[in-house]
Amino acid sequence: MVEHTLKDSVLPALDSPIAKRRRAWREFKDRSAKYGVAAGGMMVIFAIVLIFFYLLTVVMPLFNGAEMDVESEYEMAANNSRYLTLNEYNDVALTLNMQGQARFFDANDGHLLLEPTLPITADVEITSFSSGSPSTGVFAYGFADGRALLFKQDYKISYPNDKRMITPLIDYPLDKELLVVDADGAALELLTVQSSEEQTTLAAVTADKRLVISSLVREQDFMDEDLYTIEATSSSIELATIAQSTHLKMDIDQRELYLVDSNGMIAYYDITDIAAPRLIQHIKAVPSGTDITSIEFLTGGISILVGRSDGQVDQWFPVRDADNNYTLHNVRSFHDQHAAIVAIAPEYSRKGFVALDQDGVMGIYHTTAERTLLIEPLVDTANAVMALSPRANGLLAVTSAGQAKLLSLDNEHPEVSWHSLWEEVWYESRDKPEHIWQSSSASNDFEPKFSLTPLTFGTIKAAFYAMAVAVPLGILGAIYTAYFMSARMRKVVKPTIEIMEALPTVILGFLAGLWLAPIVEGNLPGVFSILVMLPVMTILTAYLWSRIPSRLRDRIPDGWEAAILVPVVIMVGVVSMLMSPTLELWLFGGNMPQWLNDIGIDFDQRNSLVVGLVMGFAVIPTIFSITEDAIFGVPKHLTIGSLALGATPWQTLTRVVLLTASPGIFSAVMIGLGRAVGETMIVLMATGNTPIMDFNIFEGFRALSANIAVEMPEAEVASSHYRVLFLAALVLFMVTFLFNTVAEVIRQRLRNKYSSL
Amino acid sequence: MSNKSFSSWMSSGAPWVWLNAGAVSISLVMVVGLLLLISVRGLSHFWPADLMSISYNEPGKESVTLVGELIDSEIISARQLNRVGVELPAGQASGERHLIKVGNRDYFGLDFSWINGPWMGEVTYPQDLMAIERREWGHFYGYLTAVKQQGEVVADGESTYAELQLRLKRSNQLISDIKALERGEVGKINAGLESIRLERRKLELDNVVAGSVQYVELTESEKVFDDSYKVLQATLAKLYAALNRDQMMVRMSDGREVEIPLAKVVQAHLPNAMTVPEKMAVYVHELWKFVSGDPREANTEGGVFPAIFGTVMMVMIMAVLVTPFGVVAAVYLKEYATQGPIIRLIRIAVNNLAGVPSIVYGVFGLGFFVYFLGGNIDELFFQASLPSPTFGTPGLMWASLTLAILTVPVVIVATEEGLSRIPRAIREGSLALGATKAETLWRTVLPMAAPAMMTGLILAVARAAGEVAPLMMVGVVKLAPALAVDNLAPYLHLDRQFMHLGFHIYDVGFQSPNVEAARPLVYATALLLIVIIIVLNLAAISIRNRLRENYKANES
Repeated sequence: MVEHTLKDSVLPALDSPIAKRRRAWREFKDRSAKYGVAAGGMMVIFAIVLIFFYLLTVVMPLFNGAEMDVESEYEMAANNSRYLTLNEYNDVALTLNMQGQARFFDANDGHLLLEPTLPITADVEITSFSSGSPSTGVFAYGFADGRALLFKQDYKISYPNDKRMITPLIDYPLDKELLVVDADGAALELLTVQSSEEQTTLAAVTADKRLVISSLVREQDFMDEDLYTIEATSSSIELATIAQSTHLKMDIDQRELYLVDSNGMIAYYDITDIAAPRLIQHIKAVPSGTDITSIEFLTGGISILVGRSDGQVDQWFPVRDADNNYTLHNVRSFHDQHAAIVAIAPEYSRKGFVALDQDGVMGIYHTTAERTLLIEPLVDTANAVMALSPRANGLLAVTSAGQAKLLSLDNEHPEVSWHSLWEEVWYESRDKPEHIWQSSSASNDFEPKFSLTPLTFGTIKAAFYAMAVAVPLGILGAIYTAYFMSARMRKVVKPTIEIMEALPTVILGFLAGLWLAPIVEGNLPGVFSILVMLPVMTILTAYLWSRIPSRLRDRIPDGWEAAILVPVVIMVGVVSMLMSPTLELWLFGGNMPQWLNDIGIDFDQRNSLVVGLVMGFAVIPTIFSITEDAIFGVPKHLTIGSLALGATPWQTLTRVVLLTASPGIFSAVMIGLGRAVGETMIVLMATGNTPIMDFNIFEGFRALSANIAVEMPEAEVASSHYRVLFLAALVLFMVTFLFNTVAEVIRQRLRNKYSSL
Repeated sequence: MSNKSFSSWMSSGAPWVWLNAGAVSISLVMVVGLLLLISVRGLSHFWPADLMSISYNEPGKESVTLVGELIDSEIISARQLNRVGVELPAGQASGERHLIKVGNRDYFGLDFSWINGPWMGEVTYPQDLMAIERREWGHFYGYLTAVKQQGEVVADGESTYAELQLRLKRSNQLISDIKALERGEVGKINAGLESIRLERRKLELDNVVAGSVQYVELTESEKVFDDSYKVLQATLAKLYAALNRDQMMVRMSDGREVEIPLAKVVQAHLPNAMTVPEKMAVYVHELWKFVSGDPREANTEGGVFPAIFGTVMMVMIMAVLVTPFGVVAAVYLKEYATQGPIIRLIRIAVNNLAGVPSIVYGVFGLGFFVYFLGGNIDELFFQASLPSPTFGTPGLMWASLTLAILTVPVVIVATEEGLSRIPRAIREGSLALGATKAETLWRTVLPMAAPAMMTGLILAVARAAGEVAPLMMVGVVKLAPALAVDNLAPYLHLDRQFMHLGFHIYDVGFQSPNVEAARPLVYATALLLIVIIIVLNLAAISIRNRLRENYKANES
């Protein structure tokens, strides 16, 4: 190594191999550092961008329409199906025809699985057929002698050799014998049936134009399982109309009956009391020249879907008016199909349905969201039956000629649309369109109410009251601190207020909910007197200060006014609180919350006033420190120039400093607003979290952020609810990001402006 | 100025200046008041308060004696008092009522009762009134009458109290022995059995034929565990028997005498007989127990050690994750990236991410880390324990990662600021001496920017320690069964759920069945959290200030 070294130097010679190797190595290190850092930096930035895109990918499926795929197409022996059902796994289907034949077949290829014989004798003619709600699997045939046969489909699932095996069977919920529906023995021309564990009701229109209703209750003998009696109640109404009755439908709870005639009239009966059915309304449901071609209940049995000859589908449900009377209302209509609707298949657990028209075109709809998810040709003929599977992911259609088609449907989130998220929606059992957030309930056929409007309203309300507290305090405080305060005091005050920013909001929320809320409730007049008295007393103190002899005044130098005011503020607070009971007694009859309730203003203990005060407190430091920086950064020569020209400090402030710093103040407010909008723990703990839409300061609200915190852990992964919560997060993300970006851009401009001044 | 009129004073702008000053005063009073409130309420909780004995004469009822601790007093209007049946003397507009903690929840039903001042008779502070802290049912207040062993009285009269303390020491020792055994040995056996179950499942998944050597080995080691478990059980049974030996007899305020097993007692004091130094000693001891003990009674009593531990663990892992990434990103943005509109855009975006609501990060963490990443990790590496998830469920690792993403902008911004404050001359000097860019960075720039990085890190840690909303989704629980670090391999369990001080406050304050009893504890927890965060912030501020002075020195 020695020979490569320059004389008297420890370094190798420039062109020696060692030096070259070393240089190459250093160059390699330099380059790898460059690429390493670049890769790392890009990765972090990518991770950050990922947040946005991940939220977006989770949210996107909400707005996709439905998709269908043809799984298989095959031919079956034509048997003029009257009705078709499909089981949960989309593999077994049942058809029923007017000859009383039932066939279970494999839905994928049509081969026969079971052909049970129903206890029907050939001597009585089948005149009508009805199916109960799809989820019950109950059917009935009506006969020419006024009797009916009630039966039920069932699937036994077993797992021999770890493989699912489904055995279909037919069961008889009441009795294998025929049931008497019309005691007079007239032919049952239209039939409708519903059957539950407790009760079975059959209603029919007879050939001699009577509406007969018969309700049967099976009473099991305690001692012997095979012994039972059937209690029957029945009634009969003469139908006055001359028009031909075309459809008859009963709801799943066996309380309402709808009778449709060829004039497009719907008769709406209350049959809660079977013995005395009551006609509630007789209403013309379609314009003249249009017929009602099909009618079906939406799941839950509240709404009826009316398919018309012009291809329109209307949703009707009873709405309660002020006098507690129910009347049918046409709540919404879908008009994406153009031929007469021949069949409607409701979904089992969601408020969606599939409609098939005369041209063989099918439409998939969702009522709450008012969405048309898919319009697609399904079959070539008007004579077809279709069945939707219980999970709404499969659809089977069979034409009268025996052409069968099995579709798989991809329709995960029909219940969400722009309309259902943001606009007023007329939900079932409500008397008018409303904004409601109610994401879950115990019942199975619940209509989810995903309106983000009340939550957004709550967020805005919280932010508004918080800003009402924080903006004046933060900006005024910052002006004073930056412009008037003595340097020594500023050194203490600024970090103190900035420490506030680091206070965990969970602590503020806890104090708001458990300490401040009861205090505010108990001393409401005191709180308001603080709000009024503070500025008044400040001005009064200031005036008195200007009156006291200058000997005393000069002891305290300029810039310490804030310190002088501290005892005043404390005094106002203490005195207001002490005076509160007296004020309350004197002005509000001893109990202000009660008094407010009496004059029609609702009062909650955890209300927006408390949130405003505490969240305002949390936002003050943000606004304060940015405003303070902006004002303090105003170039000194501007203010000195102004003062030298004879302006007072206040004039200099309002005419020169504030004008120059106004973009900075604006960006402070924006960033503060961003913080108030996204704050979670305070709104979660200090309000009642009820999603109401009322700007009343004495009531609570439910904010987007608190809603996410409450519901996210319980939401089922990838369900609509889960995705809607992600959407709420995305909305928060975008709103705050927007606020912050605007603020940041303005701030950078301001910085450039200052440096150019 | 004194002879100027009011209106000219108004137009001088002085009132506005004073109003501005008022805003500062209000803010100051609020901050200081809040800190004082939490400190006073949090610290006073541990002071052994004097116990009152009150004769309480509710009209129309027999006079009763109430024993307890005065919690709160308030003055309410005569009308409100009237509503509960209190008649005040004419002319008196308001009266007092007091909140008394009467304890003995298992006998009285409620720990607290409001009593009306005007109905209070004589108040005394008997020297022999005892406050007993129990493991269940909250505090007990009464007079000690005897100490029993296996139902036989072994001490009454003068020596009872001393005897009680001796026996309490023994029972507490036994309890800690039992706990150590259950946590240590039994935990090890359970973990062993669980790993055998997983091994077996893995063999099944790999289609190893039943009855082969591996299965036999597993069964054998299972037997070893079962045997040692039987031995342990016998030891534990003996310890429990010893623990249940002693009881104490206590007379309640209403004269009933009840027996309390010492196994259920944490400690017993005679607060009215204690001197101030004695109380101080108890106070310090209580404070220590709060910081180092385990929670009891659905977190409403006992200590918060697991919450402190969880918070610290989470923050440490987060710091380990966030520092390198934040620094690398900052170095890239400042030193390597070509400064242009895109980089400016990215910088603004990064800045703004610090202002994105933390709940959004929580949602992201739950969806991406827990369900997506965690679910996939489980599929790949923990197939044997499926369907019960290992990483596909909220846990320490995901919480730390989520907070790392949440705080990475803080570190980036602070580091960038530090880098931009380094004088050009230093960089150029290094380059001029022939150092490469990487060497300049590594040897001169980064060491100089280290304090800035520290500041960023400390601020990130302070923010992370106080965040609760995102953690509620990605790993924090009300009560974690085990700490994230223990004596079982792999010693650090990143998949475990953990407790957190902030969540503790939310949970105990808002979800616990007995909020009134838990409130002082929440104040104490809040104080602890505030102290941690303020200390961290002050550290960051002082580092920042020192840093600025250093540069000023450099520049001059």
